Amino acid sequence: MQKERIVGKPVFRKEGIAKVCGAARYIDDFSLPGMIFGATVRNAIPRGRVLNIEFGPGIPWDEFTVVTAKDIPGKNYIALINQDWPCLADGFVNHPQEAILLLAHPDRQLLPLAVAAVRIEYEELPSVHSIEESELQQTIVWGDDNIIKSYVMEKGDVDAAFALPEIVIVKGEYSTGAQEHLYIENNGAIAAYSERDGVTLWGSLQCPFYAHKSLLGVTGLPEDKVRVIQVETGGAFGGKEDYPSMIAAHAVLLAMKSGHPVKIIYDRMEDMAATTKRHPSRARHRTAVTKDGKLLAADIEFCLDGGAYSTLSSTVLSRGTIHSGGPYYWPNIRVRSKAFATNTPPHGAFRGFGAPQSLFATERHMDRVAKAVGLTPEEFRRRNLLRTGETTCTGQVIRQQIDLEGWMESALDHAGYYEKRARFDRENTDSLRKKGIGLAVFLHGAGFTGSGERYLNSLVGVDATAEGRVRVLVSSTEFGQGTNTILCQVAAETLGIDYEVVEMAPADTSVVPNSGPTVASRTTMVVGGLVHSAALGLKQTLIASGLLSEPYTSDAFQNAAKSYIAKHGALCSMSRYQAPPNVYWDDQKYSGEAYAAYSWAAYVAEVTVDLTAYFVTVDDFVALQEVGRVLNPVLARGQIEGGVAQGIGYALYEKVVWDRGLMMNNQMTNYIMPTSQDLPPIRVFFEEIPFEYGAYGAKGIGELPMDGPAPAILNAIAHATGEDFNAIPLLPEDIAERLAARTSIAKEMAAV
Amino acid sequence: MSARRFSLCVNGVERFVDVPPMARLLDVLRHELGLTGTKEGCGEGECGSCSVLMNGELVNSCLVPIAQAGGASILTIEGVGEQARLHPVQKAFLECGGAQCGICTPGMILATVHLLGKHPRPTQEEIHEGLNGNLCRCTGYMRIFEAVEKAACAMESGAME
Amino acid sequence: MRSYPADYELITPGNLDAVLRLLSDEPGRWTAIAGGTEIMVLFGAGKLSARKLVSISPLSELREIFEDEDWISIGSGCSFTQIRRHAGVQRHFPLLAKCASWTGSIANQNRGTIGGNLANASPAADSSPALLAYAAEIELISARGTRRIPYEQFHLGYKKIALAADELIRAVYLRKCPADSFCYARKVGTRNAQAISKICVAATGKLHQGRVEEIRIGMGSVAPAPLHLVGTERVLLGAALNDATIAEARKALLSEVAPIDDIRSTASYRKLIAGNLLEELLREFAAWGDRK
Ligand SMILES: Cc1cc2nc3c(=O)[nH]c(=O)nc-3n(C[C@H](O)[C@H](O)[C@H](O)COP(=O)(O)OP(=O)(O)OC[C@H]3O[C@@H](n4cnc5c(N)ncnc54)[C@H](O)[C@@H]3O)c2cc1C
Ligand code: FES
Ligand code: FES
Repeated sequence: MQKERIVGKPVFRKEGIAKVCGAARYIDDFSLPGMIFGATVRNAIPRGRVLNIEFGPGIPWDEFTVVTAKDIPGKNYIALINQDWPCLADGFVNHPQEAILLLAHPDRQLLPLAVAAVRIEYEELPSVHSIEESELQQTIVWGDDNIIKSYVMEKGDVDAAFALPEIVIVKGEYSTGAQEHLYIENNGAIAAYSERDGVTLWGSLQCPFYAHKSLLGVTGLPEDKVRVIQVETGGAFGGKEDYPSMIAAHAVLLAMKSGHPVKIIYDRMEDMAATTKRHPSRARHRTAVTKDGKLLAADIEFCLDGGAYSTLSSTVLSRGTIHSGGPYYWPNIRVRSKAFATNTPPHGAFRGFGAPQSLFATERHMDRVAKAVGLTPEEFRRRNLLRTGETTCTGQVIRQQIDLEGWMESALDHAGYYEKRARFDRENTDSLRKKGIGLAVFLHGAGFTGSGERYLNSLVGVDATAEGRVRVLVSSTEFGQGTNTILCQVAAETLGIDYEVVEMAPADTSVVPNSGPTVASRTTMVVGGLVHSAALGLKQTLIASGLLSEPYTSDAFQNAAKSYIAKHGALCSMSRYQAPPNVYWDDQKYSGEAYAAYSWAAYVAEVTVDLTAYFVTVDDFVALQEVGRVLNPVLARGQIEGGVAQGIGYALYEKVVWDRGLMMNNQMTNYIMPTSQDLPPIRVFFEEIPFEYGAYGAKGIGELPMDGPAPAILNAIAHATGEDFNAIPLLPEDIAERLAARTSIAKEMAAV
Repeated sequence: MSARRFSLCVNGVERFVDVPPMARLLDVLRHELGLTGTKEGCGEGECGSCSVLMNGELVNSCLVPIAQAGGASILTIEGVGEQARLHPVQKAFLECGGAQCGICTPGMILATVHLLGKHPRPTQEEIHEGLNGNLCRCTGYMRIFEAVEKAACAMESGAME
Repeated sequence: MRSYPADYELITPGNLDAVLRLLSDEPGRWTAIAGGTEIMVLFGAGKLSARKLVSISPLSELREIFEDEDWISIGSGCSFTQIRRHAGVQRHFPLLAKCASWTGSIANQNRGTIGGNLANASPAADSSPALLAYAAEIELISARGTRRIPYEQFHLGYKKIALAADELIRAVYLRKCPADSFCYARKVGTRNAQAISKICVAATGKLHQGRVEEIRIGMGSVAPAPLHLVGTERVLLGAALNDATIAEARKALLSEVAPIDDIRSTASYRKLIAGNLLEELLREFAAWGDRK
């Protein structure tokens, strides 16, 4: 298998040198001649009518460019799945921090003062702020029923299974909170406009063609008059998938009206309060299991809080729904899911995209089911984990040779699980520091769900420059995950040339084709596969031209490419997505091949719960996964470690404090993410089974590590304390409340 | 308060700026001196992406008014090494995968330079503490810890040569 | 950045006398800025109401730590880094060194000063419990002269301190205690580093024949100002450290503290943890006594 020269090797990150030198240029590092600065005026109330806008004293208003909804030349929405998300609120607001008007001025430092000086009067209307309030439907804030989207996914006969005799039924309710992406680079964009060239937009963003599509709608300009360029992006995690289209539109509107290039950079407080977060969720599980621990049926209700507009909620809900069954074989399963609207800023994409929410519930629940039938968590899983040839809850046959049981066992071994579990059980009794160890086994579907990849119809190119260098042409972007490096590795490997000879074409919609959005762990597997075939095409062209013959050196290839271009003008090869064979998906019934491939994992967390302060420390973390072929071990490790760290934050630290849809802790001092002193050693292990249809056998990797930490940690806490905690984030205050009540009851009982 | 003239020595070069005394060192570096390697992540001293060394001490440049930096000597990422001649810390970050999105990296590298100045062979605890004001959302810190250890070794053997 | 820098004045007189003169000439008009780790955060957030600032961070008169036979005095302009690294502080006042080491991050410790921490008067300030436990004194200076008061009397209420408009904190004085006393400190924050305290406690004490001879406990984030637990100490003085005493002390503690719900934690959590920390410290105190 190791015949490859470049793939599978820890080659350096393409843009790594620029990054370690501080030479990489992010959006706020750019400046254009004549550029001025933009800012956004936002509303404070959750829902209501805008009655009056007043420009307060002390600000030289005549120097400002002001843009309202009336100034929008095209349509007033940001184009996503639906068309309900206004670019600028027009007389009515549906959540706090909605953009109402835009200001621009040459003096950047004057803008915050101007924003603060705008006074808006409202007529406030009733609003809803939780799944519970929204599902009551007493106040309708979206559509006819507050339901943004619903699905029913069903396999087998669930009701019949629950009616069987001699079964054990286990119920549970689980919830997860919103999570802030907290990329360290805040959002920002620069727009320039001229009648001749149209609009050019530079931004910190994941999906140039999403922004492109929105700008077409908002400006009403033709396609060739809108150009979007992604610049170095300082973290995204899904958080720069949809909202940057909004900022892009705002910058463009200001640029069009003012006649100057306009830069908008959010500060941390604005970024946290106004932009998207991970959807809060609630899952209700009802499980039928035989007395010896065989799963018979699941009846699951899975709900998301989608926020005030539909944005990406339907697709997040879809992934959450499909992952609800976890990595188990269910003869019968039904998942009814709904995304509800609330008057909160719209929740959006965040690494894992619904799966961390539903898998938290499932993996927490499985520990409780195990307990109910008297089995250990690992033995119970052993009896139910999916095997090759079995079907998932969408009825997809697992064709890949998987060994979930073996992988779980291996993770348990690395963690010293059996010895520790026994020792902690012995030693916990007299200690105020309770130790626990917990497990989560899970899967993550790579690529778009169902027929998604077919709709995307991605196009990828590889070309050569007159100097004989090779470029990868994709709209897939780099924001830390390693797109540049992996795709260049694939191209270099395929072409049989040096890694250094290959580079990425700028992520500029006027240069690269639409290879789809950079989301859903699809870049390496899907786009990488297309880069591979485009590169093959390029090589064949050169060989067919007679300028190159195998075997050849990197230099010979470059010379051949140069000669080819001198003769023919250009050397380029394109490749379009083709679905793997036998892929069938029914969007109505939610059955069939949900994903081209799944990645698999078993994570083990070891924790200490300190009963003095009820503080949880994660002491050790083992993350074992099968992600197909690992194309770059250092980058892959970094992806897993980073995802686990975010997962630990999700489980134990990161709480968004809401007040009627407004984030109250929108500062880094109050929204708590892990520092270098808060994490255990994160020990990463890979099992590698090359996937037939991915680039050099790769599957998705980016989102997977987000799914496992929270349930593994809460399972460990349950082991340590003997209490079931079923909601995250789980803060010391929550643990204290429960355990202190337990202790005082115990004390009272002892006193009687 | 109108602008005043301040002098500071940045990466070994004497520089003059005319700014209000409360201008943040961060803005002076980025906007007046064009040293955009120093980043702003929070503006409130929490994230460390604006870290620079001021008279050899690690500080968050978003919390330093220029009037308090007058006459000081400042080291920013641009002064640590060059693309063609990387500092051992930069090299280690590159090799170990210590930079992902790269936005925390300049600050993280300065914190590492500062740490290794105080503790040439740092323990795990010293590494964890030394970087505790530099938040990284991408890496989970593990590759960074490895880079710090590697840099420490490289600098030690470099010093012995 | 939400403030307009040109709206603010910041001057840097070269010596302490010049600063004091300025403060006395225009009392209340000037605000001192030392390490700026509070002031600049407010400035960045657009919430700094003071418009005229005078820098005291470079003043060498405020940046020194002096040690003699009986006392250590720490200039108000000493940074947390200076304090935690000072051999005398480490040896005689380990609680203060510890508190300094868990204040913010390394960069914050390089800039933040003890004077700024105390003058800022946050109930969550991390130096306060240690200073209360050590019965520190605080020296205030103005053009009128200096005065020295027990640190305990410095806090008057929520963000209210015994500092006149023309005064600065000059130094903190700590009297060395006999080497064989017990000490304890613990901070419970939102995370292990760079965390504002949900609760912070420091204590020193001595036992005589199994009974509490001396005890001083300071606690942060449980009242409008850092709290010296006088009532709790009263219960403990002269008592043997058994379960009954500890229960009594916990009860006394609850009558002294008045924590609140805020963005970082809840009143009920703080109450519970205050009791737990008190219990932990008393059990360690007892164990320390047994060992001796
Ligand atoms: C990221 C971050 C983390 C932090 N973490 C912690 C923490 O964990 N624990 C903690 O306790 N604090 C923490 N702080 C708060 C802060 O760092 C401390 O309070 C610090 O000690 C303030 O000192 P300074 O010199 O920077 O104050 P400055 O900002 O300069 O001044 C603060 C106030 O004190 C006044 N002042 C300063 N010096 C004097 C003097 N000599 N006489 C009279 N008045 C004076 C000023 O006028 C001002 O009102 C943190 C701050 C940040 C930004
Ligand atoms: S920008 Fe200075 S610490 Fe975050
Ligand atoms: S590499 Fe992205 S924040 Fe550290």
